[in-house]
Amino acid sequence: MRIAFLVLFLPVALLPLSAASPSAKKAEERPEVPPPPFTDGIFPCSGCHATMEVNPKRRALTEFHDDIVLRHDEEHRWCLDCHDAKDRDSLHSASGELIPFSESYRLCGQCHGEKFRDWKAGVHGRRSGDWNGHKTYLLCAHCHNPHQPRFRPLAPKPPPRPPQRPGSTKGGSR
Amino acid sequence: MNQGPEQADGLSRRQVMAGAAGAAAAMILTSCGPKSLHEVPKDRLLSLVAEMEKTYKEKLGADIKVGTEPALPGVEFAYALDISRCVGCRRCVYACVEENNQSRDPQIHWIKVLSMEKEKGVDFAHAGAYYDPKEVPEDGHFYVPVACQQCRNAPCTKVCPTGATWTERDGIVVIDYDWCIGCRYCMAACPYGARHFNWTTPGLPTAEINKNTHYIGNRPRPSGVVEKCTFCIQRTRNGRYPACVEVCPAGARKFGNLLDPGSEIRYIIEHKRVLVLKEDLNTLPKFFYFYAT
Amino acid sequence: MSFIHLFSRFTWGSVRLVTRGNRLYWTWIVFLLALIVWGLFAFAEQVRGGLVVTAMRDQVSWAFYIGNFTFLVGVAAAAVILVIPAYVYDWKPIRHIVVYGELLAVSAIVMCLLFVLVDIGRPDRFWHLLPPVGYLNFPDSILAWDVLVLNIYFLVNFLVVTHILYRAFTGRAYEKRLVIPLVLFSIPMAVGIHTVTAFLYNGLAARPYWNASILAPQFLASAFCSGPAILLFLLQLLRHFTRFEIPDEAIWKIAELMAYAMFLNLFLHGAEAFKEYYSGTEHLLYTRYWYQGLGEHRTLVPFAWTAVILNLVSFALFIVPAARRNPVTLNLGCLATYAGVYIEKGMGLIIPGLTPDSLGEIYQYYPTMIELRVAAGIFATGFLLFTLMLKVAVPISLGEFRLNGAPVPLSDPH
Repeated sequence: MRIAFLVLFLPVALLPLSAASPSAKKAEERPEVPPPPFTDGIFPCSGCHATMEVNPKRRALTEFHDDIVLRHDEEHRWCLDCHDAKDRDSLHSASGELIPFSESYRLCGQCHGEKFRDWKAGVHGRRSGDWNGHKTYLLCAHCHNPHQPRFRPLAPKPPPRPPQRPGSTKGGSR
Repeated sequence: MNQGPEQADGLSRRQVMAGAAGAAAAMILTSCGPKSLHEVPKDRLLSLVAEMEKTYKEKLGADIKVGTEPALPGVEFAYALDISRCVGCRRCVYACVEENNQSRDPQIHWIKVLSMEKEKGVDFAHAGAYYDPKEVPEDGHFYVPVACQQCRNAPCTKVCPTGATWTERDGIVVIDYDWCIGCRYCMAACPYGARHFNWTTPGLPTAEINKNTHYIGNRPRPSGVVEKCTFCIQRTRNGRYPACVEVCPAGARKFGNLLDPGSEIRYIIEHKRVLVLKEDLNTLPKFFYFYAT
Repeated sequence: MSFIHLFSRFTWGSVRLVTRGNRLYWTWIVFLLALIVWGLFAFAEQVRGGLVVTAMRDQVSWAFYIGNFTFLVGVAAAAVILVIPAYVYDWKPIRHIVVYGELLAVSAIVMCLLFVLVDIGRPDRFWHLLPPVGYLNFPDSILAWDVLVLNIYFLVNFLVVTHILYRAFTGRAYEKRLVIPLVLFSIPMAVGIHTVTAFLYNGLAARPYWNASILAPQFLASAFCSGPAILLFLLQLLRHFTRFEIPDEAIWKIAELMAYAMFLNLFLHGAEAFKEYYSGTEHLLYTRYWYQGLGEHRTLVPFAWTAVILNLVSFALFIVPAARRNPVTLNLGCLATYAGVYIEKGMGLIIPGLTPDSLGEIYQYYPTMIELRVAAGIFATGFLLFTLMLKVAVPISLGEFRLNGAPVPLSDPH
């Protein structure tokens, strides 16, 4: 219900914007994103999965992908809630619609509607390019590991040097 | 410019005399019009810029392009920073230093990232810029990067005795480094600590110079004048995002045209909880802080 | 006799006067010259290396130089305390010494301008302020106002004293139609220079310590203490070293006026301190930095309390008639006033205004040797100028230095 509402609501919300500006017109189209950040050699998934039998039973993976620890509403979800069991190289929405990895934002947007809306407006996440022209978006997965989406802490760049009195070699007073 | 303060110490008497003579000559030369860059006619601006490029070539040994892009019609720049996203990693600080030719030694940073306590809220008395943990964000802290707020009611331009700093038509507050006398009244007037003084000749290694510059933006500055953030005027007047926007790993920095209803900035103002720093001072910043969540 | 001829006689006579003096005079001159040279070397170092040789930084971007500037504006403004009774009420005992007040004002303004010149990052560009080649951001910038009023005040005082002295030299009475309007004009000007200088800081909402409307009245009150303090020293010296007669009652009257000014100064300080401490807003930080220190940052605290104690002492000494009539306590009072106001303005106005800085950072400023030397050089320059002017002005007033055959000047005391 909520999703349906969002789908209906979004284009309407964008209408007045698109009428007014060239940048909004762009936002209506599929945003340009770099390729999804796959681990080297892992895609296409069908490379391995094509010959494997589908086991739809929710379980802890032990033979392969055991490096993946799900910290993303793991009580309620597991692999096949997002990855499609039949078309291994796609994801699928809650309604079963296939979604390519390059449009994974549509999948994320089902639950994270507000973030999705902000992202499309260029307000959530990093954009680069021209402020009044061509812009490059990033996929959700470029910043958030879909299995552990919490933004990872970073090492900060060095702090500024405190002001120093002339002649003092050690750090001045702050 | 390889000459740090050490080399400046070695200035000979002859150079000082030459400097004095140069100053005298500069005064005489003003009979053909002082070199103030404020609302200077286009042809004169072009000749002044050519002169600057020549001087940089001689003094710094770098082919610096000094752009003269004017304000775009129908554009008023504004900035928004998502306080709930900023992790305090200072990537923006150093991207800005490199893009805008700030002095490496002594260190000038146009952006100061303040770490604040979640318990206290936005409170400068309990803020600090020198935090240095292994990883950010730190528990119980949030981060407020501060640079020039590009105020509409700018206290700094009002107080300048020589008119060496002013607001451009696209809302960017700029400084004429050739006209500033270094009285620092603007620094006393700025409520955001956004203005920085060149206490000595900037230490800017020639190899690290960003050669794409603007005449009221990131061109190398002399000693004894004030400088500050210009929203990367050399980039933004050519349609590009400022350097800090592009480098921010958290995507916390947003930039755009306030007059464009479809811009990110307008979206933020209309949909998010927005605040400006020191609102009670009525400076009317065009730098907004917001909470996306 | 032509004007040129007269003027050259005046000039040569003056040169002769200032190049003759006893051992004490020359010791004083050499001492001042040595200080000036010492200061000049420091200034040369500052010009070569940049203002980085001072302790000023982005956090505390104005400090000792601007503090001294502010103090000296007060000294210059205080000439008015003599001018008002002398000309408006025609109070004779003061009238004879008013010329010295104006000479002091002229010297003080010169020092003010020098302190601004050494503080700016590009002294080579000072002409950017001067129309038509430069541009003065008037009326927006209060600094533009300050440049204007300081220079006008300088000109008015310079004109008045030169006119009076020159006329006395030629044995004629000064032109009343010129002097009286100018002197009357200089009264609001004196109030004006100090008010405008106060507004320089007062108008900055970014600095809550300064953004209090009590600032201008408090400036004036403290100026009416420090300026006369210097004059009282001077008058006693004149009385001692020349045959210039200055009645005791003039000195006592000035001391009495100083007591009232000091009371007002202390009262206004108290009023401001009450507001800050009782309301206890975040703006209290700056006042606390001055009087108590913030955490381990306590550099200025001893200065703050020294100033408070000195001001209280001088008030006590001047309000008691017996104390201000006793030469020892009188001079102690002058010294206490001068030192108290100097600390209060030089250290207590500018530095706490910028500490913590606008983003809450505390950088503990205190001047470097270079700054102290440059300041000493500027004070020496001012005192040298003042000494030389006195060397000419005193004999003229006494009728010792005048044109051959000119009648005894009318301004001769009594």
